[in-house]
Amino acid sequence: METKTLANAPGIAERAYHIRRNALRMGEVQGQGYIAQALDIADVLAAAYFHAMRYRPENPAWEGRDRFLLSNGHYAIALYAALIEAGIVPEAELETYGFDESRLPMSGMAAYTPGMEMSGGSLGLGLSIAVGRALGLKRKGSDARVYTLFSDGELDEGSVWEAIMSASHFKLDNLIAIVDVNNQQADGPSTQMLAFEPLVDKLKAFGWFVQRVDGNDLDAVVAAFDAAKYHAEPKPRIIVADTLMGKGVSFLERREKNHFIRVEQHEWQLAIKALDSGRQA
Amino acid sequence: MKTAHKTVSDKPRLTTSAMIASIAAEGQKTKAAPFGHALVELARTRSEVIGMTADLGKYTDLHIFGKEFPDRYYQMGMAEQLLFGAASGLAAEGFMPFATTYAVFASRRAYDFIHQTIAEENRNVKIVCALPGLTSGYGPSHQATEDLALFRAMPNMTVIDPCDAHEIEQAVPAIAAHHGPVYMRLLRGQVPLVLDEYGYKFELGKAKLIRDGKCALIISSGLLTMRALEAAKTLADDHVDVAVLHVPTIKPLDAETILREAGRSGRLVVVAENHTVIGGLGEAVAGLLMRSGIHPTFRQIGLPDEFLDAGALPTLHDQYGISASAVAKQIKGWL
Repeated sequence: METKTLANAPGIAERAYHIRRNALRMGEVQGQGYIAQALDIADVLAAAYFHAMRYRPENPAWEGRDRFLLSNGHYAIALYAALIEAGIVPEAELETYGFDESRLPMSGMAAYTPGMEMSGGSLGLGLSIAVGRALGLKRKGSDARVYTLFSDGELDEGSVWEAIMSASHFKLDNLIAIVDVNNQQADGPSTQMLAFEPLVDKLKAFGWFVQRVDGNDLDAVVAAFDAAKYHAEPKPRIIVADTLMGKGVSFLERREKNHFIRVEQHEWQLAIKALDSGRQA
Repeated sequence: MKTAHKTVSDKPRLTTSAMIASIAAEGQKTKAAPFGHALVELARTRSEVIGMTADLGKYTDLHIFGKEFPDRYYQMGMAEQLLFGAASGLAAEGFMPFATTYAVFASRRAYDFIHQTIAEENRNVKIVCALPGLTSGYGPSHQATEDLALFRAMPNMTVIDPCDAHEIEQAVPAIAAHHGPVYMRLLRGQVPLVLDEYGYKFELGKAKLIRDGKCALIISSGLLTMRALEAAKTLADDHVDVAVLHVPTIKPLDAETILREAGRSGRLVVVAENHTVIGGLGEAVAGLLMRSGIHPTFRQIGLPDEFLDAGALPTLHDQYGISASAVAKQIKGWL
């Protein structure tokens, strides 16, 4: 079978909408969750899974697949939503999210879920693992790529900077990192917790090919993935994606302290309705 | 604060045993870099074996592998979290990384990385670490007195504390044959050769009775097995008959052999280890005996629950009771 590259396929926006909707449905099942992050990153995941990456839904461990490493394990709800949309996880399992014995635990773990390549949760791990994965793929002569998503809060972790130096040192041009700059971490706005700007200048100085885009502008995200994949220099690639927490559900976009939001029972259906109406608009 | 050093002394002054100090006694039979050479041998037939280090290739004997297989050797820089995270990633791609640093840095600085990216994901990474316990006179920064306790407590982790060059050579292919994460303590440089005389063979997960004796049973691992054997020889001259059960696999513990030997009546049981008395082999054996209803007279030889002094290793080993003469003296006192 040929690879699952859907380059230039129409309907990536439709995919993003489904990812948001899947995430809201899982949020409703548990009555809680990192739903604002799932909504902010849905466009990036849609572009990754339905434009940039190659994989085989019926064989998530296919050797030729691009690896997607979710460093920010609390974004699992978003990745599950994408894996369901990609046909890697059956849609029916959505109802099991966060329950005992489910393959979809609240924090992403490698042993639980098809298509989940690493155990996140303890933040700042993913980029180091990604360096090893990218070195390993090169050793094997594989042309598969490593994608890894982490959050702006993880920039606080020293280990992330070890890995940033290392990826550049080893010229890992098969590594594409995405950092979700939603400017929100557990205790408040990320830029106020530990200042990381000017991020683009820093990453460039560390030897990376850097693009900064509006992470909720699907065309821009798709173009950034293309540029990252086909950039000629032997450098690791990173997309700095500025995103809006709660994107697509206006009352959640406005909600303050939305790192881990409580959504009242009746609000989940309102959120889905808001998402649906936004799509029709 | 320590009191000022007295400069007048009859004893010869020993210089600090720095990072690369040898633990071999004067005139002891040794073998150079057993780990490095054994890994080269293994790698000749196992193409998935790779070497990784965090700026301590020379100090963990991994440079020997690096010279032989430069394209399979990864210098990660002085970045231990990266070292173990990347080792996990390479293992996930089908390779078998032997990742080396000092025991203090693996157990203390990179613990979460080993816990989450290697142990929790059950990756096939062999963590091989120099300067175990009190084998540096450099002070607590380089004295890994808690590593066995920390790695014993980690699910999925196999923990090995080898005694000498003979055992290290055999342990390398044995831990490679086991699929899963392993933490192995390493003696590097000129490493004493002791167990070859006893016809010893390392088997993962097996304790071995190296010598038998009627008065006392020493259950030991690592460096302390070497000390126990020497102490047993001295004690034999005083007609004190001491058995030595060597337990190189700290986890999983060979419960059957330990219970059989400790259950033989009338012997003092002493657990001896190059590690704090908290959480290492001593408490592992004590817990096993308690749970199994076997209650011999039980003593522990190990490092105290303190930050240890800097200085010369022979001085420190005497001071903390892990030299051969100190082991013999303690056992005599307990009998």
